[in-house]
Amino acid sequence: MDSTSKNFKANSRRALDDSTLQRALGNIKTGFQEKRRQVTSELPEFEALRDQGRDIKNHVLANLDFYLERFEEKVVENGGVVHWCRTPEEARKTILDIAKTRNAQTVTKGKSMVAEEIGLNDYLEENGIEPVETDLGEYIIQLRHEPPSHIIAPAIHVTREQIAEDFRKHHTDLDPERRLETPQDFTDEARAKLRDRYFAADVGVTGANFLIAETGSTVIVTNEGNGDMTQLLGKCHVVIASLEKIVPTLEDASTILRLLARSATGQEMSVYTTFSTGPRRAKDLDGPEEFHVVLLDNGRSAMLGTEFQDMLRCIRCAACMNHCPVYAAVGGHAYGWVYPGPMGAVLTPSLIGVEEAGHLPNASTFCGRCESVCPMRIPLPKMMRHYRTREFERDLGSPRVKSALKLWAGLATRPKLYRFATGIVMRVLGALGGKAGKFKSLPLAGGWTKVRDMPAPQGKTFHQLYAEKKRVA
Amino acid sequence: MGEFSAEGAAFMASNTKTNPKVGLFVTCLVDLYRPSVGFAAIKLLEDAGCTVEVPDAQTCCGQPAFNSGDLPDTRAIARQVIDAFEGFDYVVAPSGSCAGMIHEHYPALFADEPETAQRAQHLSKRTHELVSFLVDVMGVEGVDAKLDGSVTYHDSCSGLRELGVKAQPRKLLSTVKGLSLTELPSAEICCGFGGTFCIKYPDISDKMVTDKVTDVAATGAATLLAGDLGCLLNMAGKIKRLGHTTKVRHVAEVLADMADQPGIGDGKA
Repeated sequence: MDSTSKNFKANSRRALDDSTLQRALGNIKTGFQEKRRQVTSELPEFEALRDQGRDIKNHVLANLDFYLERFEEKVVENGGVVHWCRTPEEARKTILDIAKTRNAQTVTKGKSMVAEEIGLNDYLEENGIEPVETDLGEYIIQLRHEPPSHIIAPAIHVTREQIAEDFRKHHTDLDPERRLETPQDFTDEARAKLRDRYFAADVGVTGANFLIAETGSTVIVTNEGNGDMTQLLGKCHVVIASLEKIVPTLEDASTILRLLARSATGQEMSVYTTFSTGPRRAKDLDGPEEFHVVLLDNGRSAMLGTEFQDMLRCIRCAACMNHCPVYAAVGGHAYGWVYPGPMGAVLTPSLIGVEEAGHLPNASTFCGRCESVCPMRIPLPKMMRHYRTREFERDLGSPRVKSALKLWAGLATRPKLYRFATGIVMRVLGALGGKAGKFKSLPLAGGWTKVRDMPAPQGKTFHQLYAEKKRVA
Repeated sequence: MGEFSAEGAAFMASNTKTNPKVGLFVTCLVDLYRPSVGFAAIKLLEDAGCTVEVPDAQTCCGQPAFNSGDLPDTRAIARQVIDAFEGFDYVVAPSGSCAGMIHEHYPALFADEPETAQRAQHLSKRTHELVSFLVDVMGVEGVDAKLDGSVTYHDSCSGLRELGVKAQPRKLLSTVKGLSLTELPSAEICCGFGGTFCIKYPDISDKMVTDKVTDVAATGAATLLAGDLGCLLNMAGKIKRLGHTTKVRHVAEVLADMADQPGIGDGKA
């Protein structure tokens, strides 16, 4: 997927001016935040589970090669194939080749952010194969030709009215007078539309929430059951997953599953949790004839051993963006690539480069709410700060800001000079602004006074007044 | 976060209420914008039985450099703070953000300098945000202050999440005569200040602070309080720009019964 992360400022201005989007974003607080708060408060061991989840993933990341090789052995034992792909190009090509071998006309798809990362849909279309999104949210944005704006609720930026409009525009064979108002209406209609597509599909592509080394299984969690239909009814199941999805055992997966839905949607468990272990065996009643796992690196192995390694613990629950005030203000598209919100502010520069995505780790107030809800205890603000350090060292930011900062730091490390200079400035500002108590605009403070007044200082500085008091005493 | 070793706890218990020597870290914003908060802090600390000194060689905690990725300057400023506050039993700041910087981030700055790292660690353990210090360390149960009217309270992010400042200001505010606290539903959501964030991304900051002061107005409270001047300047600036009438003050001014000067952003009568 191409990135517009460089245009973050313009993207966010557009998002702030889009009243429909702002209305859609308003639902995050009552939806995700309140539900997560409720469900985690009912589980006394939730904090201990977070520690366990973090430890499992840290152990995996320290032994990633071992567990990946073990996973491959098991997949092969079960009759499946693992494809190791360094780049998005390799992964796309691998999936296309599998589809071509089956003479595929259509590919059904469960929701997968890694598929977005490698730009799978566009690539399949360019090569004459029709991708069919089966997750309701993905189905909606596919009709709208939009990328997802959220990693678990891809169409969160779309209002019900817009969905109704899209459905009427595309489903022209249905009664134009039909009711399209509730989520149930949308689900029923999409389900009817998709049913035949599952049976007709030659290949079903899903993502994976976990890859389990001890059994060679892949796991997806869904609420609609579309993932199961995609992988069972297609003749060939292709799993696309990035390599950090691996966990050692089934038990480890169950530990993290207890964190995942609670952190994500505020459910105790998702409606479906589906384990896939190889293709259909002789006595199985159903299942795909072929089972492929496409394992994508795309820069992740280069994060190992760096200050960004902890990011690879991420289980894509979206709690960080659900609680992020910046995400709530501008939505996911402003971030300009696949992964938005705080996790995207760290992952995006890691995968496509800080030159391209330098805005993202800067567009944070470091309020720390993301880290406080992250089930894997990923220190997101700290890693965003690491990117700011890299940008500063490499002079990627604004030269004007850098010189201002250097000037200020030069003063701040010379207390006497600092005292003298600030004493004069504050006396002047205090005298000018004292009567009104505020400034509507101030030279060099346009970024501040563009949107708010600048309160006037009281006049003398604390250190001046304190010194005066001491002299009197 | 915010926890102390058994040794540290014993050290504190031995000092509690026995006239500890406190170094006041004034913070750059209080120094420049609102000295009254510094004097309120001194009064509260002295009332609690502390001997307060204000070291000369202090300016800023270094956060603007730290959060801009400028580590060399951050270290230079941190060294200055470490030197200036040597020898105090405690270091107290009327800001969760600056106290959080020293408490949470100083030690890691000197990973390559074991000796400085050790001094930073020692400073980190002794450094507190003002109101939580009064309640948690000095055992203050109430204050002698009066403020007629309703107030609401914003939990500044660093104090809340890095230092666990939440119950302490409410506990002391409940003892202010005439004061009634109306909770702000979005009290734990960032106001959009974020240091340099608010000037680098003014549009997003504007959306955040507009939402915040709209919520403040909806409480009907006459006064908005918080424990960090950065957030207060941001929220007061927006309140004034929108023409709202809510007064804005640092919580220390109210607790010290020194809320007689104009509110933040208000003109002199």
